Amino acid sequence: MATPVMEAKNLSKLFPVKGGFLGRSAGVVRAVDDVSFTIAPGQTLGLVGESGCGKTTTAKLVLGLEEPTGGSILFEGKDLHSLDGTGRRHYRRSVQAVFQDPFASLNPRMRVGAIIAEPLVTNETLPGPEVKKRIAHLLELVGLPERAAELFPHEFSGGQRQRIAIARSLALAPRLVVLDEPVSALDVSIRAQILNLLRDLQAQLGLSYLFIAHDLAAVAHMSHTIAVMYLGKIAESGEASALSRAPKHPYTQALFSAALPSHPDERREEIILPGEVPSPLRPPSGCRFHPRCPHVMPRCSAEVPALKPQETRLVACHLFD
Amino acid sequence: MSPLLDVRKLGVHYVTARGTRVTKAVDEVSFSLEAGETLGIVGESGSGKTTLALSLLRLLPTAARIVGGEVRFEGEDLVPKSERDMRHIRGKRIAMILQDPMASLNPLFTVGDQVAEPLRVHEGSSRKSAWARAKELLRSVRIPAPEARVKEYPHQMSGGMRQRIVGAIGISCEPRLLIADEPTTSLDLTIQAQYLNLLRELQRAHGLALIFITHNLGIVAKMCDRVAVMYAGRMVEAGPVKAMFDHPAHPYTRALLESIPRMSDARQRLTAIDGQPPDLARLPAGCAFQPRCPVAVDRCRTEAPPDIVVAPSHAARCWLASPGPVASAAAGRADVVGR
Repeated sequence: MATPVMEAKNLSKLFPVKGGFLGRSAGVVRAVDDVSFTIAPGQTLGLVGESGCGKTTTAKLVLGLEEPTGGSILFEGKDLHSLDGTGRRHYRRSVQAVFQDPFASLNPRMRVGAIIAEPLVTNETLPGPEVKKRIAHLLELVGLPERAAELFPHEFSGGQRQRIAIARSLALAPRLVVLDEPVSALDVSIRAQILNLLRDLQAQLGLSYLFIAHDLAAVAHMSHTIAVMYLGKIAESGEASALSRAPKHPYTQALFSAALPSHPDERREEIILPGEVPSPLRPPSGCRFHPRCPHVMPRCSAEVPALKPQETRLVACHLFD
Repeated sequence: MSPLLDVRKLGVHYVTARGTRVTKAVDEVSFSLEAGETLGIVGESGSGKTTLALSLLRLLPTAARIVGGEVRFEGEDLVPKSERDMRHIRGKRIAMILQDPMASLNPLFTVGDQVAEPLRVHEGSSRKSAWARAKELLRSVRIPAPEARVKEYPHQMSGGMRQRIVGAIGISCEPRLLIADEPTTSLDLTIQAQYLNLLRELQRAHGLALIFITHNLGIVAKMCDRVAVMYAGRMVEAGPVKAMFDHPAHPYTRALLESIPRMSDARQRLTAIDGQPPDLARLPAGCAFQPRCPVAVDRCRTEAPPDIVVAPSHAARCWLASPGPVASAAAGRADVVGR
């Protein structure tokens, strides 16, 4: 197998919480706790889970916007910590992001051409005509007309703005693009356009994606592998279609059973979980899912289950020991 | 028997201060709803679905005007009613749940005060009996330890709990109709499932009629008996949910259903709808969907299509929707589906 573009090994990120008198430490939030995954070249890893499960922190760690407090990230087989200035620059250029809200992620005072060219201008010394040529090429890649470069973001609809954000992320020919809820701010009839565009670009440019979304069907549609997170830990990960068709971890089962049907005749057995996701400040002992789990056993509250291979995937649950 | 809610040719326009620009946010919309029934109103942003919901309660912003049509609720037209009469209907006969529970709850009052308020206003209950009832209501929406929770403030609750409190306020005066505008968009998936099941239980227990305003066809498939699809201020298709999923009669509905990723056919190319929704102030001539429609003919570009009945209680605004063989084939099915 080719060297993975990105590999996370036992990655952790703890946030200290200050509170009380004189801002004494009131504990730590284990936002990401001992998480490992790999992203292969040209493949998509889908990351799902509910708010507070650590998806966005994971994305920030991958983007280098946060420093991990434990574990390591390997980019093209090299540990980020061992990289020198040049290596670090190469890494920052090779990992780009597209965010949820294209109304917030584009500067309203800049022309689209300047927005797309900004990464080029700050990272490379290119002559003006060459920059122009690159902008035209990027606009063509994302299906926008060349004259779009002269306009401002407010002259575009949500879907077109997201195309601009995608063009900007591709300006430095990255290897990995982090897609954080890239279609959830868009209209329903526009989402398919953007999802198709992302798939086409992946096939054309051999990109890898880290795809983060709430919409399970969209994740299943886009991903080669899926990792399900719950309170900072990976509950289950594996090949996308197998995992979405037959989830094994009780949390994954409940999550996928809660996905909305695509046809009124589609009746699945719904697993309604009691309660809500506990605060990551005081995660439950043992398996973090045990207070809501329908299959809870005595040892679940005592022992943290390890992520172990189970057929074609990894599951962290005592049921499979 | 007349239906619980009967909306006839309702038109709502937004007019600029000088009256120079008119936006037809809701254009000749008609639909009806029986007691205990669930209707889904589906559309994209700017399709007029929220304006439609607000006009049912006459809660429109000042720039909006109801320019025509009727909103018959329990046989009475709400459009000519005075503001004072409407205040007796809002919250009592028709209640509404909005998208963001933090915005619909007052952060300065306790949860108990807010759940008890409609009871005190509409039913003149004493403070004590209203609070006792508030506790019961919190229990009925599955808030754990309601005795303690009534004294707490909205910021002390999670998103799912807040939305359940808004639900408790909604049902406090036992309304006949509950309008829910994107009630679960701010909730997580497993919490959404809890909430939708709760709404269904409340509906059964109280014989509520429900209107779901949503952009999510999954909610429609799960919750609704009937569905109405809005596009650019017009209702382009309305019918029983199953008939519409099986035989969508309007090209927009068909395209929408095809463009949604499904869990079962992973990594297949999606059928995208080209272009984008039109600007309501600059609608194209003829049918509003015509510039994006894959099957548009010349007539679509000049004349707006009327409602064409394709099967019993299933209509579409499309020149190509024929009451011909499709309708007769679907008719038998619709009888089974219809109630």
